[in-house]
Amino acid sequence: MKNSKLEMKNISIEFPGVKALDGVDFSLTCSSSHALIGANGAGKSTLMKVLAGAHAHYTGEILIDGKPVTIRSPRDAKNLGIEIVYQEVDTAIIPYLTVAENVMFNSIVNGMGKKQFINWSKIKSSAKDILKKLGVDVDINMLASDLTLAQKQMVLIARCVVEKCRFLILDEPTAPLSNSETQELFRVVRDLQKSGVGIVFISHRINELFEICEVITVMKDGKLVTSLPINEELQQNTIVELMLGKKFDDVYDKKVCKIGDNLLSIEHLTEKENKIKDICMHVAKGEIVGVAGLVGAGKTELCKTMFGAYSHTGSIKVNGKQVNNKTSEKAVKNGFALVPEERRKEGVLITDPVYSNISIASINKYTNFLKVVNKKKEKQDAIAMIKELGIKTPSENQSVALLSGGNQQKVVVAKWLSSDAEIYILDEPTKGIDVGAKRDMYELIEKLAAQGKGIVYATCEFNEILSICDRVYVMYDGQIVKELTVKDTDEKELLYYSTGGK
Amino acid sequence: MGTAQAKKKFVLTDFVTKWGTVLTIFILLIFFTFANWNNDTNSSMFLTSSNIIAVLRSVSITAIIAIGLTFSLAVNGMDLAVGACANFADTFIMTMFVWYGMSMGLSIIATIVVCLTVALINSILIVKLKIPDMVAALAVMFMFQGVSLTYSNGGAITERMTRPDGSPAEGLLPAAFRSLGSQPWIIIIMLVVVAFAHFFLNYTKHGRYMYSVGGNPTAAQLSGISVAKYKVLAYFLSSAFAALGGICLAARVGTAQVSAGDAYLMPAVAAAYIGFSVMGAGKANAIGTLIGAVMVGLLENGLIMMAVPYYAMNIVKGAVLAIALAMTYYTKKK
Repeated sequence: MKNSKLEMKNISIEFPGVKALDGVDFSLTCSSSHALIGANGAGKSTLMKVLAGAHAHYTGEILIDGKPVTIRSPRDAKNLGIEIVYQEVDTAIIPYLTVAENVMFNSIVNGMGKKQFINWSKIKSSAKDILKKLGVDVDINMLASDLTLAQKQMVLIARCVVEKCRFLILDEPTAPLSNSETQELFRVVRDLQKSGVGIVFISHRINELFEICEVITVMKDGKLVTSLPINEELQQNTIVELMLGKKFDDVYDKKVCKIGDNLLSIEHLTEKENKIKDICMHVAKGEIVGVAGLVGAGKTELCKTMFGAYSHTGSIKVNGKQVNNKTSEKAVKNGFALVPEERRKEGVLITDPVYSNISIASINKYTNFLKVVNKKKEKQDAIAMIKELGIKTPSENQSVALLSGGNQQKVVVAKWLSSDAEIYILDEPTKGIDVGAKRDMYELIEKLAAQGKGIVYATCEFNEILSICDRVYVMYDGQIVKELTVKDTDEKELLYYSTGGK
Repeated sequence: MGTAQAKKKFVLTDFVTKWGTVLTIFILLIFFTFANWNNDTNSSMFLTSSNIIAVLRSVSITAIIAIGLTFSLAVNGMDLAVGACANFADTFIMTMFVWYGMSMGLSIIATIVVCLTVALINSILIVKLKIPDMVAALAVMFMFQGVSLTYSNGGAITERMTRPDGSPAEGLLPAAFRSLGSQPWIIIIMLVVVAFAHFFLNYTKHGRYMYSVGGNPTAAQLSGISVAKYKVLAYFLSSAFAALGGICLAARVGTAQVSAGDAYLMPAVAAAYIGFSVMGAGKANAIGTLIGAVMVGLLENGLIMMAVPYYAMNIVKGAVLAIALAMTYYTKKK
């Protein structure tokens, strides 16, 4: 079989305000597997989306076997035999259709021509064949909505290889998978590779990449760092160093806070579906405790479980007293506050005005015996809070939807400030906000710590942990794998443990 | 120049969305006034005080039931069972008087309490079993249409009727109860109900929570609001007001005709949805629902006066609802 070679040369792409890719070169041959790694925002996914035709406005050249090709739409990519399985499988699976239809989806959509009727027996037999070839044991008559995540992924891979697939891109395929499921995926990947498919494997988990891939490409800040063959001499540490580079752009001088008595202790906290397992951690008054981990490590799940949004077992103690955070309502009563990751979806009532967003968790302060709200006082307090936190809004009546991301986040924090919470759980609080707003956020968090609040700061941005936290727990695969003191650690060590290093 | 024009245009569409319903009511008023002009007396048959009161009276029941629906819409639910609930209340309270000769106060209280079973079943299906609101309420609607018919043995309940077992029913409607169904009382009840709902939704903590649950259940939950509790509360209020609507219907007509309450479902849905756009609220609200009910009632009354056959009226009513919905959602998209 002819070994095709795919080359991307000098690829650049810009989005409003960001240069996402800057002159990247990348090459891939059939029958090989190529790892692509980089920190969040390094441009891995963007590069692969260019290859898959999802971003039409790139500049640069793509060659297959030395001949230039144009890829401006997903159709172009498919015609060239380039297929991609995105990270969020649920966006590509059609839950109402059976496995067979999902596998054969492309031929149903594109291959029908003028035919109006579906040839069931042909679809079923083709789907069965391809799944058998992949060695995947899934009933083709099952509804896709009944599949597990791993099975859905397999169905999508099958959908890709049904057609003449020469290059297959897998974007973070292992993030939601268990160990045995990952091994199953690797087996399929190896088989495909043997049959002549070139595979790009994006992952945060270095040890997995070392297991499955032959070449590794490291990206950072939209640029290619280097490509290296994976062999015995290559160390995982080397890759970590390459990913980080030496740039530390926003250094923040943390003020020293007095750390007081123990405020929160959590023992053996386990989420019902094992999204997080056996979490033990403690937070003292005035302490900022980081939870570090890559995307999918279980940070959000930990935050939400602590806050009572997921059912769980294990014990949570506040000031030495056992509390029951069975629901979020109870958690709020017990002095917990959550600043969720998905700010627009979970943090604010987006179309409501600023003042009612600020007061929503503390509205009891403004009600009389008939539960009538004193709007005047509510607004007065909101105005005071807007001033205190420096929320940039024309008035307290402005809809939150019209504020910038940083100011929306301040509104979420303001909500909890007025509710007199004791324990603040912040999940990616700086996500999508600019540098200036980030600094404001840091100052705000420090101020809370100085008032003796306990703070849990979950993020995948390790430099933030190093800037603001006192102590850090590192998470990997739903568990805490390491506890570190911030002043004795560095980004390299954090990344080492969060990529599964032991 | 171009931008100034664009700005002016924007303001105009904005105005139409906010005040379109009120504007439509005025246009309808003027239209019906002249469409029903009597050349002999040189005055409109439409614009007489007795006709306007008649309109308000017929609006009352729709408005009260629609207020119930408004509560369910506030939590982003949809209580399609309001019509069936009103119908059941209508039947039940008549039997209380006619079959059992109960006193007025007791009958009203018993009716409302019994009708809360609708809310109870709704709540179990929607909150506990997580069935989508509309489908669950649809099932409950069918159930209670059947319950009413079974309870009344498939017939109307009237004074001096024969009981199912053949004996004559001796109970009579108290005069005070009949007066509830005529002006000014029925209009006063409607205004009190609307005022209560407006106050509850806009000035109390519970109302604020309901809108939060309706606007973004996840954010509400993560702010410490019990989403389940407020959904249940909304459905209970919905059934309670639907039952009150049914009671007013009984008081106004004086008999419980088969499926009389069911007919109020569509006008109530129309009224509540038309209310979304009033004054740019963008969500279910009491004042808007009242204005929506007035619009629907006006339309009905005017069309009857113009001698539009009753069977063609639904065409007009359906079209009006579609236009009102278009007005709400078309601008919302942008």
